[in-house]
Amino acid sequence: MVERHIWLSLFCHVVLLIGAAVVCLPLYFAFVAGSLTVSEVQQVPFPLVPGDHFVENTVSAWKEGDFGRLYLNSIIVTVGIVVGKLAVSVIAGFAVTYFRFPFRMTAFWLIFISLMLPVEVRIIPTYEAVADAGGPLRSFFGAIGLTGFLASTTGYQLEAALQWNMINTYGGLILPLIASASATFLFRQFFLTVPDELCEAAKLDGAGPLKFFRDVLLPLSSSNIAALSIILFLYGWNQYLWPLLFTTEKEMYTAMIGLKDLIPVADAQPAWHLAMAASFFVMAPPALVILLMQRWFTRGLVDSSK
Amino acid sequence: MPASDAMRLNVGAATRPRFPLRLKLGSLVGSSETGLKASHFRRPWLAAGLLAPQLLILLFFFFIPTWKALSLAFVQVDPFGATMIFVGLDNFTMLFSSPEYRDSAVLTLWFTTVQCFVTLFVAGLFAFATDQVMRGRAIYKGVILLPYAIAPAISGVLWAFLFNPTVGPLAQMLHELGYAWDPNRRPSDALLLVSVAAIWKHVCYDYIFLVAAFLAVPASVIEAGAIDGAGPIRRFLTITLPMAAPTIFFLIVMNFVYGLFETFGIIDVITHGGPAGSTNTLVYKVYQDGFRQLDLGSSAAQSVVLMAIAVLFTVLQFRAVERKVNYQV
Repeated sequence: MVERHIWLSLFCHVVLLIGAAVVCLPLYFAFVAGSLTVSEVQQVPFPLVPGDHFVENTVSAWKEGDFGRLYLNSIIVTVGIVVGKLAVSVIAGFAVTYFRFPFRMTAFWLIFISLMLPVEVRIIPTYEAVADAGGPLRSFFGAIGLTGFLASTTGYQLEAALQWNMINTYGGLILPLIASASATFLFRQFFLTVPDELCEAAKLDGAGPLKFFRDVLLPLSSSNIAALSIILFLYGWNQYLWPLLFTTEKEMYTAMIGLKDLIPVADAQPAWHLAMAASFFVMAPPALVILLMQRWFTRGLVDSSK
Repeated sequence: MPASDAMRLNVGAATRPRFPLRLKLGSLVGSSETGLKASHFRRPWLAAGLLAPQLLILLFFFFIPTWKALSLAFVQVDPFGATMIFVGLDNFTMLFSSPEYRDSAVLTLWFTTVQCFVTLFVAGLFAFATDQVMRGRAIYKGVILLPYAIAPAISGVLWAFLFNPTVGPLAQMLHELGYAWDPNRRPSDALLLVSVAAIWKHVCYDYIFLVAAFLAVPASVIEAGAIDGAGPIRRFLTITLPMAAPTIFFLIVMNFVYGLFETFGIIDVITHGGPAGSTNTLVYKVYQDGFRQLDLGSSAAQSVVLMAIAVLFTVLQFRAVERKVNYQV
C-alpha cells in the first residue's frame, strides 16, 4: 500500500461528484420538465423543483404517440437483432474453427471484410437493397435466361414473383443490422481458446459435430453469449438511423422514432413536458439493463471491442 | 518488501483484467490451417450449411449494396433513373471542388478531433479520480456509466431541451448572464451544443476502458515509484499513463469512429445539420444529399470517400488492439 494524501483524495471526490452531477443534470431537468404542465414548462425562470404531473404526462405522451404499438415494435426488432445475430454468428464461428473444408479461408475473409464498413457509410445502397430485396435474384435469373425460359414453358412470371419490398417490415428493420460479422469473430476467438482435448474426448465418445456443439461448446460459451446479448440489446434498442429510413408508416415506427416525433418543432406548441416524460420510458429498458447487469455489461463491452 | 506483499502482487498480476478474444491482424494472414482447431471435423456440407445464413445475409445486405455504391460512384444517372453513363472520376472531381463538401470535411475534422480529445481528457480525469478514491467507488462508477444506456438521439433530445433558446433552463441562465444564446441561428452555438451532447454520451465508454487500464498497472511498480519518492501525480504521469498508452491509442481511434459515424442521431435531433450547414458532418451530408436532395451520384461518391475513411480506421483499430499487449511487466 502506498501513502494516502488527504487533499488528493478530497480533490478526487470533488471531481467525481461534479462528474456524477453533470451526468445527472440533463436527466434531472428532463424529469422536472416531464412533471410540469404545458404552461409551467414555458415559464421564466425555469422551475428547479418537480411538479406533480409526471404520471399524467407519461400517460398522455404514451397515448399521443401510440407507444403501446411502438414499444412492441421496438421489442420485436431488438429481440430479432439479439437472437438473430447470436444464432447466425455462433454457428458461423463454429464452422470456421471446427471444420476443414475447401474455401474455408475464403469464407473467413469474406466475413472479415464486412467488419471494415459500418452501416452508416452505405446508407443508400442498403436502403435500395431492402426496398428491393429480390432485385439481385431477378437480374441473376434474367442473366442466365431462367426468367424467359420459365415464362415461355410454364407461363410462370418469375419477375413478378421476386418483387420483395421490405420497407415497413420487421425483416427490413432487423436483417441489415445483423449483416456484420463482429459477433462471428468474437465466437471464433473464443472457440480458439477452448482446449482441443474436449473435442477429442467428444469424438472418442462417438459424438458428431452437432452433438459436440450442443452439449459442449454452447454451454461453455454461455457467459460470452450473455455478455454479448446485453451489448446487442443496447445496440438494437438504441437504433435511430435505420428505423428512421426504413419506416414510413406510423404502425412500424420504433419507440425511438416515436420520441423524435414528440419533439416540438419551431412553430408548434412547445409540448416539451410530453417529450421529456416520453424520453424516460424510451430510455428505461437499456438503463435498467445497465444498472442491474453492470458486470456483464462491462465485460461484454471490453470483449466486443475485438 | 514483505513476503505477503509479494504474494499479493503475484495474484494481482494474474487477475489483472485482460482483453480476451483479441484479434490480431498478424494471425489472420496465413495458410489454410490458420485458425483451425487441431481436433476438427471433415464434413464440408455441414460446414457450408452452418455458414450459409451468415454468408447469405452478408451477400444481400453487405456485398451487393457495397458493390452498388462503388459502381454508382462512377456513373451519372438521369433524373428518371432510365439511363446510366459511365463518367469515371467526374463525381469525385465535382465533390472535391464543391465548397460545401470542403466545408463539411473541415467541420467534421474539427468536430471529431475536439470531441475525441475532450472526451478522452474528461474520462481520464474521472478514471484517475476513481483509481484514487476508496469509498463510494461503485456508486460513482454506476452513475458515470449511465449515459452508455442512453441512445445518441435521446442525448440529443435532452441537451436540445436544456439549451432550447425559449424554454431551456441552461439557455435562460446564459441569457441572464447577457449572452444571446441561440443554436437555431448562431452556427457556433449549434456546433457547441452538438459537441456537448456527443461528449456527454461518450465519456462513459472511454471511462470504462481507462479504469480497467489503470487498474491493470501492477501495484509493485506503483510501490517502487512511491519508495523512490514520487508523489501520486508524478506516479500517474510517469508510470500509469505510459503503461495505459496502448489503451489510449485504441480509444483515440474509437472516439474518431464514434464522432464520424455514430453522432448522426444527435445531429438529426438537435440541428438537422444547420444553421447554414454548421453541423452538417460528412455522414449527415450523405443522408441529406441522398434522401433529401436525391442526388444519388454525388451521394454515392461521398459514400465511397467515407468507406475509405472507415477502412483506414479499421486498420488503425486492429493495430491498436495488437499494441495493447505491449509493456508486459
